[in-house]
Amino acid sequence: MTGYRLPAGGAVDRTRPLGFTFDGRDRSGFAGDTLASALIAAGVRVVGRSFKYHRPRGIYSAGPEEPSALVQLGRGPWSEPNVRATQVDLYAGLEASPVNVWPSLRFDAGAINQFLSPLLVAGFYYKTFLGPRGWWRRVYEPAIRRMAGMGKAPDEPDPDLYDHAHVHADLLVVGAGPAGLAAARAAAAAGIRVVLADDGAQAGGDLLTSSATIEGRPGAAWAAETAAALGAMSDVTVLSRTTVLGLYDHGYAVAVERRTDHRPPGACPGHARQRVWHVRAARTIVAAGSHERPLLFAGNDRPGVMLSGAVRTYARRFGVACGRSPVFVTNNDSAYVAAIALADAGVPPVALVDLRPVPPPAASKALADRGVEILAGRVPVAVHGRAGVRGIDVRALDGDRTTGSLRRLECDLVAVSGGWNPAVHLLGQLRAGLTWDEAHATFRPETLPAGLAVAGAAGGTFSLAGCIAAGHAAGEDASAAARGRGGRRPVPATAPEEEAETPLLPFWGLSQGSRGKAFVDLQNDVTAADIALAAREGFHSVEHVKRYTTSGMGTDQGKLGNVTTVALLSRALARPMGETGTTTYRAPYVPVAYGALAGRHVGALFDPERITPIHARHVAAHAVFENVGQWKRPHYFPRNAEDMARAVERECRAVRGAVGMMDASTLGKIEVRGPDAARFLDRFYVNPIASLVVGACRYGVMCREDGMVFDDGVVMRLAPDRFFVTTTTGGAARVLDWFEEWHQTEWPELKVFSTSVTEQWATVAVAGPRSRDVLARLMPEADLSAAAFAFMTFRDVTVAGMPARLARVSFSGELAFEISVEGTLGEAMWDAVAEAGAPFGITPYGTEAMHVLRAEKGFFMVGHETDGTVTPIDLGLERMVAKRKDFLGKRSLSRDDTARSDRKQLVALLPDDPGTLLDEGAQLVDEAVLRTPMPMVGHVTSSYRSAALGRTFALALIRNGRARIGERVYAPLVRPAAGEMMVSAVIAEPVLYDPSGARRDG
Amino acid sequence: MLLIPCPWCGRREETEFANGGEAHIARPADPAALSQEEWAAYVFLRDNPKGWMRERWFHAHGCRRWFNLVRHTVTHEIAAAYPPGAPPPPLPGEAA
Repeated sequence: MTGYRLPAGGAVDRTRPLGFTFDGRDRSGFAGDTLASALIAAGVRVVGRSFKYHRPRGIYSAGPEEPSALVQLGRGPWSEPNVRATQVDLYAGLEASPVNVWPSLRFDAGAINQFLSPLLVAGFYYKTFLGPRGWWRRVYEPAIRRMAGMGKAPDEPDPDLYDHAHVHADLLVVGAGPAGLAAARAAAAAGIRVVLADDGAQAGGDLLTSSATIEGRPGAAWAAETAAALGAMSDVTVLSRTTVLGLYDHGYAVAVERRTDHRPPGACPGHARQRVWHVRAARTIVAAGSHERPLLFAGNDRPGVMLSGAVRTYARRFGVACGRSPVFVTNNDSAYVAAIALADAGVPPVALVDLRPVPPPAASKALADRGVEILAGRVPVAVHGRAGVRGIDVRALDGDRTTGSLRRLECDLVAVSGGWNPAVHLLGQLRAGLTWDEAHATFRPETLPAGLAVAGAAGGTFSLAGCIAAGHAAGEDASAAARGRGGRRPVPATAPEEEAETPLLPFWGLSQGSRGKAFVDLQNDVTAADIALAAREGFHSVEHVKRYTTSGMGTDQGKLGNVTTVALLSRALARPMGETGTTTYRAPYVPVAYGALAGRHVGALFDPERITPIHARHVAAHAVFENVGQWKRPHYFPRNAEDMARAVERECRAVRGAVGMMDASTLGKIEVRGPDAARFLDRFYVNPIASLVVGACRYGVMCREDGMVFDDGVVMRLAPDRFFVTTTTGGAARVLDWFEEWHQTEWPELKVFSTSVTEQWATVAVAGPRSRDVLARLMPEADLSAAAFAFMTFRDVTVAGMPARLARVSFSGELAFEISVEGTLGEAMWDAVAEAGAPFGITPYGTEAMHVLRAEKGFFMVGHETDGTVTPIDLGLERMVAKRKDFLGKRSLSRDDTARSDRKQLVALLPDDPGTLLDEGAQLVDEAVLRTPMPMVGHVTSSYRSAALGRTFALALIRNGRARIGERVYAPLVRPAAGEMMVSAVIAEPVLYDPSGARRDG
Repeated sequence: MLLIPCPWCGRREETEFANGGEAHIARPADPAALSQEEWAAYVFLRDNPKGWMRERWFHAHGCRRWFNLVRHTVTHEIAAAYPPGAPPPPLPGEAA
């Protein structure tokens, strides 16, 4: 309870108080606050518990790097986990609760972990929870998940709208701090298209807290005026509250704009809550600023230890003091600026502890003039106070050891600065080369890919004048590249605040003389000792150390701790920092909601749904649909509350006993036309196509060049130069692409066109012994006898008064016809067939019955019996494979591997118990008693109950299966009631029903 | 995400395209005459260079035409785009 609202200052609107709740208690802040600034002003110190040790933690920063103040925001469907309180704009009625505090913020059973900490060292996941067997799943994992909870995902659908916008620009500027504003202004002056994105609610970045002036105006006012002027230009898009998540190749960037998050949930109906921007820019300038680095000392995670820049931000921007008696600890000049700002705001620091033996003269004088004691050459060795800082102990620093006597400083706030890390994340994503900058003890960008520039602190330039100049120059370069001119405006003049006087002293913690944990990564509870331990255990790659210790793996992705991790690892291994390097930078820069990424692609718009021209009839018939690719196909047509098994059995009996009808419109259909069409198709199918006569159709199979079955279907020859090819429902696009690929890249000399006509046709399949009778009623003049209209022929006719293509093809083994009409006539033809078939009890059937019927006949299905490792020979199609012509994949069929006799071959399986259904995908073994390991000899590819056979059956691929007809194999199955069991089955010829094919002609 | 210069449509987003692997792998004129090793090399073996590569692309959601690209597999720089059948241009840094 030490933070408080200063009597004056800050950019908050003190006339507009806003009530909110945190952890169930009513609080109040002002318009213009963030949740973090309002919490500090309200005196809240502990905002969460750490991940592993459950140590109390307070707000640590004022930006996206926040490791500790993660909150669950909102409730019900609006609930959102792990939001950084530092980036939540306060609104009236905001509800927030801490995330990792089981069972409560004040009483935390997990804190016992602190005393178990010897078990929780680096790599504890790998070391501690090894046995006994089964304990991980039953005991350890549930406990860890409860203890290490990081907020809860909402369990209701997201009620908000999200959208995506695409924009092309000459220049994208990331960050609207001094460098970014200067860059955007210089570029926009030349009239090029500029997108300026900044993650803050107001442009300005560091200017919002600075006391410097630019062009004679206070920094914040200059920023606001510059952003407003840019926003008024027609070719400039200024995006606030917009975080660039990733930079990708060729100038592509993805950003997320938070449009209504600063308003109460549901307050902006009809407006997108967030918008994802896809920017394609000819050039990109990254002016993303820098992150302050913590200092390593024991207890550096206690509530009340904060970044000094954040302390300054809260004071100057929000009018909030983070404590009543601050101590600053620093190894560089920037903390002096913060200390002066606090003193001037009426919160005189107790002392400034400078690790460097000689403090900067001008800055120390300015502080001394304000009555602040400067302790040079000292370092903290202990922090007092568990749930909040009460004081620190300092000693003299000598290298990485301490000397001299201990001095205690009473304080409630420790504002630390360990230097500044350029925000190189976006640059790193694009493989920018980073180099170790000895002077600033950090990595800065050195080599940049084409089209990418960096300006300001992100590039290692830390003075205000330097940032402005670098931004201006980068903007001029961009406009020169786009327009061939620049230099239209002078560099804005700045009146700087204190410039750095004395070099930074790199400091990576004490090697001895200090007890307690010094944290590198606050969110994941990784200590300096963990990094050293990982190095001792042989982890030398920084990528390995990251994963072993989890340093940098939290929601902040190591924005605070990564450089320190690299430094500690380098020190432990006695090698240069640059040699250790950084971990790989990957998008997103900050966490992003799935809803934003999904945009409008949710619900019915998630994936296009394809329906056939007859779809409405199936809906009216209460069909149950299944997804086949993007198609909605009737799976079965239940009557009178039938279950699926009964409906499918009835549909199968109808087809075998009388007649059934099915919507076959989804089959892929391609017209192949041109003088070379026959030669062209001959090169794809394993069987001859060129010999097909006009009016006939032929079943064909295609392979890839590796000899594996790719697709199958029926080829009709409409004219000497014109073919009509059907494909599998799911393979239509693949086959068309396959045709195009070979035609364009290998055989461009062939005169042929391939055109998809899938959606132009509606097809009704009529199957069963009475199908001829149904057709006879629809076309009484025609002779449909087997002699006059042979199997595997087609003719263009009139059916029920409609022009139709009638084909005698069968996928069930029964006498069958397929009637194809143009799509718009689909429903009319369906109705006509239903009416004509009524006297024979015609029954609509779905894909499941179709599967049973084809499997009874041993017809394989691409994707069921084939999986990209099955040749036509494996399927028993040797007689189809052309001997005299070449085709794609033919040579592969005589490779050693494909010519093996012990390949898996297609057979049928009859379970010894005719009521037992084998699982599709079940592995098959040769022994009746289960042991592990045991050799697998095959697997089940399709398995059904057959009404015609009066039993269950399956198709399977079994090693050397065709030579094993009559032998027995076993399938280990798990049934909920019976547990593990072995099902025995006999191998059979694949065609189980009507093997002579007598039923085909009716 | 790459911006790919389709020889017929100009620069388009990568999501409109499908990659077709290494370019200039001609199908053998008489596969039956090939040894096991020669056929296997044609079917299965492809270069996977770290650097410049000639590769095939298909403008699947555009003009539906195939073409070749000279692309650097690390930096994703694109040096040339040319239609199938055109002579392969030299790789950057390679003598013509």
